[in-house]
Amino acid sequence: MRLAVIAAALFLPLLLAPVANAGKADDTISIAFSKELEHIDPYFNTAREGVLLGNAVWDGLLYRDPKTGQYVGNLATSWSWVDSTTLELTLRQGVKFHNGEPFDADDVVYTLNYMIDPKNGAKNTVATSWIKQAVKIDQFKVRIITNGPFPAALEYLAGPVIIQPNEYYAAVGPAGVATKPIGTGPYKVVSVEPGKHYVLKRNDDYFAAAKPKAKVETIDIRTIPDINTQMAELFNGTIDLVWQVPSDQADKMAGRGNFQVLNAPTMRVGYLSLDAAGRSGTKNPMTDVRVRQAVYHAINRDGIVKALMKGTTEVINSACSPSQFGCATDVASYSYDPDKAKALLAEAGYPNGFEIDFYAYRDRPLAEAMIGMLAEVGIKANLKYLQYAALREKRIKEGVPMSFLTWGSNSIADASAITSEFFTMGGEDDARDKSLSDLLEKADSSVDPAERKTLYKQALSTIADKAYWVPLWNYSTNYIMSKDVSFTPTPDELVRFYEIGWK
Amino acid sequence: MLKFVLTKIGMAALVALTVSFISFILLFMAGDPAIAIAGEGAPAETIAAIRSQYGFDQPLMLQYVEWLMRALSGDFGMSYYFKQPVSGMIADRLPVTMMIGFLGMSFALLLAIPMGVLAAAFPNTIIDRLALGIAVVGQAIPSFWFGLILIVIFSVNLGLVPASGTGSWTGYILPTIVLGYYATPAIMRLTRAGMLEVLSSDYIRTARAKGLKPRQVLFKHALRNAIIPVVSLSAVQLGFMFGGSVVVETIFALHGAGFLAWESISRNDLPTMQALILIFAMFYIVFTFLADVLNAWLDPRLRTA
Repeated sequence: MRLAVIAAALFLPLLLAPVANAGKADDTISIAFSKELEHIDPYFNTAREGVLLGNAVWDGLLYRDPKTGQYVGNLATSWSWVDSTTLELTLRQGVKFHNGEPFDADDVVYTLNYMIDPKNGAKNTVATSWIKQAVKIDQFKVRIITNGPFPAALEYLAGPVIIQPNEYYAAVGPAGVATKPIGTGPYKVVSVEPGKHYVLKRNDDYFAAAKPKAKVETIDIRTIPDINTQMAELFNGTIDLVWQVPSDQADKMAGRGNFQVLNAPTMRVGYLSLDAAGRSGTKNPMTDVRVRQAVYHAINRDGIVKALMKGTTEVINSACSPSQFGCATDVASYSYDPDKAKALLAEAGYPNGFEIDFYAYRDRPLAEAMIGMLAEVGIKANLKYLQYAALREKRIKEGVPMSFLTWGSNSIADASAITSEFFTMGGEDDARDKSLSDLLEKADSSVDPAERKTLYKQALSTIADKAYWVPLWNYSTNYIMSKDVSFTPTPDELVRFYEIGWK
Repeated sequence: MLKFVLTKIGMAALVALTVSFISFILLFMAGDPAIAIAGEGAPAETIAAIRSQYGFDQPLMLQYVEWLMRALSGDFGMSYYFKQPVSGMIADRLPVTMMIGFLGMSFALLLAIPMGVLAAAFPNTIIDRLALGIAVVGQAIPSFWFGLILIVIFSVNLGLVPASGTGSWTGYILPTIVLGYYATPAIMRLTRAGMLEVLSSDYIRTARAKGLKPRQVLFKHALRNAIIPVVSLSAVQLGFMFGGSVVVETIFALHGAGFLAWESISRNDLPTMQALILIFAMFYIVFTFLADVLNAWLDPRLRTA
């Protein structure tokens, strides 16, 4: 009897333990992040999760409508190019930061000049590296001077470039922002445990010019690294929304019927890069265009997508994401044709094939599937599976004959974010084609959209004709949410918290 | 005894220095840290800037000596990833790891020692087989799987405890069981083997002949001697728990030092990894040292060994 009382005393608190049951009843959406975010300030992290939080808490000068792809005013109301390197913007009046600080030109000038100064150590340098200086014209007018003609500026101003409050930022610095961030956005941050837990509350005074006011009052974000634990929390109702769920897991959850499982494309693409320039050795067979075309013919991209990738993943033919500006998709493509591949190899002097190193850093099953296909035409590819940092270092320093890689373009919807990274004589340019590089540099610096489109089309056609890359597929992501949640994913994989509502 | 302690301290310091050097060198071999810090989408200029900003262009030995000097004063530098002082982050997260480590160890000892004693007292009976069975299962089940099974049963189906987090003390229950159960088999088997050996020795026969109660023979006379190797093993197991709670902390989203280790490995956050490796190694070294001293105190013959 005494034992029973002790046992009851021990276990009673267990039964009474509060089960955090967020949801429709208290207007709280609970979300799981898979990794600990390094810093909440979007300029001090490069993670996707940081982009999502940044979008909810801060505003950019412009906004790109995900439906039309058009730029609309956000913190700026109008903008125009004064010359090819000077962009003038008129700012919105009457906007207030979450702490009451009024928004004006000083905030824009302070934010941009602070972030481009290397001694301040901003990490997301891609966001502002194109800016030379920001200048105040009057209280609601600023000019942004670029380092050179940079037509993708508007895309950056609508994306990673967000505006911080100058007085507050100067007072607390990045370290203060890490625990108490202040923005103008649809959500304010009410609590931060760095890396672990973030609570956002709807900003009822939001100016809502481009983005709408938030629908749900509270967004509760916790870091739960293990995907299975995330699923358990979904079952418990303590999490309402997760994404980047592997397809086998998503299929199982869909089969249970208690959840909504959606799949949407992302900007990340997969490709094989072939060492046409012979950086890994001039005897490398990839220097012969016929061999590169043979590799292209040997890979059954449709087969891999159908069998292994599923969802909205599609085969791509251009060296870019179809959702990017300038990404012409009507370029040469090479059908799956092992016989043709063998014939091309024989013509190139490899009737019995050859042996080569094949480098990869993720998606091992996909890499292995491709290696199997290459073996069928006589190419014995030895898989070298490395950490991303190690593979990138090797590629930059000495080049590798053949590598399976992916690129997400930092969610910049402009072809320059991928083509110019890999084909303008940089460390990871395996083609080293001077005319192609010139073409891309011209495309990147022209301010005429029609001319840019024509130039990118020419460049992408060259890449396809010479088979410098074997473009493979775009990646998609699986979203799982509870039945009550109403949310439609967009192709840019940007989960806009303010668009989430209840059914 | 003093000479014994001093020798052990000297050896421990040497091991610590070796560990620090090896961990420093090894981590640089996992790819260019500048690329890792810059992240997957970073352009070449950013990487070059990071390389000189962090001093990766300096000779490796110089970097090591500088790091060691600062580490000795408790300054492990700034985390590349979290942009916070590493010592502060570790101080913030170590309590969670130590908490589940000590709880797990207590759970393991409370389960394993009585089981080991009983198995030895009733060899080749159903009790012995049951104890061995529990041990074999504990050794065979991977913790990530066991953790998930417990989550499914106690959190999803029964709704008794949270699946993750340390919002309330109930969040510690499942991690304690998973971590503790993993350490149980080795302790149980060693206790059993030690007890079997001691129980067949002359002085136990004498004790029995004197007419002492079986319980007194088992727990007062036999266990005291059989426990010596268990002390050493438990010290190593506890060191392992502090260093090896990575899986358990990841499954239960506990944000302790183990989880921090996992995060810093996946982000090539060198200063954090180096500090954690050193601290986890120090736990091993200190616990092993304490166990050696404790054993030498229990059994004077060991002092000259």
